[in-house]
Amino acid sequence: MEGVVIPLNHVLIVAALLFITGLAGLMFRRNVIFILMALEVMLNSAGLAFVAAGTAWAEADGQVIFMLILAVAAAEVSVGLGLVLQIQRRFKTLDMDAARRLQG
Amino acid sequence: MLQAIWLIPLFPFVSSVLLMVTAGRMPRTMVALLGAGSVGLSALVVLGAGLEFMRAPEPFTLTLWHWMQVDGFNPEFAFYFDQLTLVMMSVITGVGFLIHLYSTEFMQDDRDYSRYFAYMNMFVAAMLILVMADNLLLLFLGWEGVGVCSYLLVGFWYEDPANGAASRKAFVVTRVGDAAMALGLFLLFTELGTLTIQPMLEAANQTWASGDTLAALAALLLLGGAVGKSAQLPLHTWLPDAMAGPTPVSALIHAATMVTAGVYLIARTHGLFLLAPDVLLLVALVGLITLLLAAFTALNQHDIKRILAYSTISQIGYMFLALGVGAWSAGIFHLMTHAFFKALLFLAAGAIIHCLHHEHDIFKMGGLRKKLPVVFWSFMIGAAALAALPFTAGFFSKDQILLSAFELHAPIAGIGPWLWAGGLLGALLTAIYSFRLVFIVFFGAAQTEPDKQPGWRMAGPLSLLCVLSIIGGWFVLPLSSVFPAADGHHVSGLVEGISIGVPLLGVAFAWLIYYRRSLPVTGITESDSGVALRGYWYRGWDFDRLYDSLLVNPFVAVSSALKSEWVDAIYHSVVRFCQALHRGLSQSQTGKMRWYATSMVFGLIALITLLGWVY
Repeated sequence: MEGVVIPLNHVLIVAALLFITGLAGLMFRRNVIFILMALEVMLNSAGLAFVAAGTAWAEADGQVIFMLILAVAAAEVSVGLGLVLQIQRRFKTLDMDAARRLQG
Repeated sequence: MLQAIWLIPLFPFVSSVLLMVTAGRMPRTMVALLGAGSVGLSALVVLGAGLEFMRAPEPFTLTLWHWMQVDGFNPEFAFYFDQLTLVMMSVITGVGFLIHLYSTEFMQDDRDYSRYFAYMNMFVAAMLILVMADNLLLLFLGWEGVGVCSYLLVGFWYEDPANGAASRKAFVVTRVGDAAMALGLFLLFTELGTLTIQPMLEAANQTWASGDTLAALAALLLLGGAVGKSAQLPLHTWLPDAMAGPTPVSALIHAATMVTAGVYLIARTHGLFLLAPDVLLLVALVGLITLLLAAFTALNQHDIKRILAYSTISQIGYMFLALGVGAWSAGIFHLMTHAFFKALLFLAAGAIIHCLHHEHDIFKMGGLRKKLPVVFWSFMIGAAALAALPFTAGFFSKDQILLSAFELHAPIAGIGPWLWAGGLLGALLTAIYSFRLVFIVFFGAAQTEPDKQPGWRMAGPLSLLCVLSIIGGWFVLPLSSVFPAADGHHVSGLVEGISIGVPLLGVAFAWLIYYRRSLPVTGITESDSGVALRGYWYRGWDFDRLYDSLLVNPFVAVSSALKSEWVDAIYHSVVRFCQALHRGLSQSQTGKMRWYATSMVFGLIALITLLGWVY
């Protein structure tokens, strides 16, 4: 396979940037759907880091873990969308800050 | 049967525990069956044991187990059975059973039916332990047990703060006497080395000569306990307030049994009191003064139960007088007859209150003779026995007491006739106030209509107690082997005649004043000094006010002054610090999911930074 070999560090930096993007979305977005998407981005950034590391050490483990992350993400999204429906039904809004009945 | 006397306190005890653990989940019929039935079973065992005992009257001790063993101090859990025990047990289980039966109807509509019977049964068990105890420590266990049950039952309707205050007062005031009694037990044990009553009395006889200071001190301390429990001067103030409890409780605890525990204690340890003639005279004087003060107070009360409460104090005064002049069996005899007629009076009063929408004020009753005939006749017989009219139970016992008082010569010569005259004045007042009650409540114009009639479970015990109040005086108590023999009475017929005539005179007075209203007493009673004196007597000679200003208020003032002293301040500041922290932390729980996520992120960053910095 010919081509430019991207250094591991670069991939990890991209993964970190992706992670920070997701985290920022999680922290600053109030819409539940955007929060779920931000979570998705964070999961995928972790997946990217795994795949890159697996390739760098020529191991299949990184890709195996990515499959696992996909499964977890799918499960999380199905539960998350269920929650989104419930929040919409109970609070008539998707604003996450409206769902704060557990405040002390 | 005699080996089975341990069953007697066990039945009510087990029933009480069952009622407590089921906590009101048992059906009412079952509660009534268990509550009254257990005491009935005990009464049957007492009857069987009594019959067997009287065939061969030999006192014996039944040791159940070793209670504790502490370096020479090894009291046993043992019952002593003699004629005195038998009399007391018969009164407790017999009258107790009738009152329990009555209660099954009286408390019918109460929410806490089962709690009521749990306490009542526990009381009967404790009282039985008190009278059956072979040593003073076990007696003290029963003594405190009845105190606790009295506390629980006086405050039975605890939603009203006044009832709670009354029960606290009853508990605290009797505690003063109990502390004295505990000190007496310590003294007796350190001096005589045992608390088992019979050996202790023998040891006292050998160790102390008559008039010994230590003997007098021990007797005085025991008297303190007896005075507290039996509501005698100066610790009598709790009994009128104790009427806050349900009426059958007043009948059982505050008339028939518990308040006579002091009389029983002195009678049981009479050997000790004989060694202290001065204390014995004090017993008589306490009894005499109490009976007079209480009789004057009873004359001026409006509340039917308070009248009966003061009359109880007064009648126990007679018992103390009897004990003080050495008429031991007369005192116990009066204890028994009093249990009959005072239980009868209380139960009849309870029936009136039950049928008259919980009315207590006698001036709002009236004309009940035709409307509640059963209650009227019960009350009439009870009042006659209380006033000691001839051929009722109270007549025989009170007559014995007065004659014995008349014949007292020691330790002060010529004191007997004075005691007799005081007792006689008390008898006159007793007759007046008891028939004042009868004439006001049952005669005259009707004020309140009864809305129901007592059922058989109320009328039955009333009728039985009526019979006992009449024939109770003919019982001959087999107490001659328990107490030192008393000589027969050698008084002139005149003294005897006066003793019989005075109660009749009292009834006549009451009839003239409260029924015919033909005696011109209003000129005296409505004058300024008359009103003032009546108010003074109405408030029970202002003992409550005296104790409040002398003891209660200073104590409250001191404790409220000490409430914020520096030791407490330290602990309070710890509390305040924790509360502030708690408030701060609960602020951070906003319920906002994003806030949690953000704080987790920053926490994680902080942790990682910390780890990187440490390594």
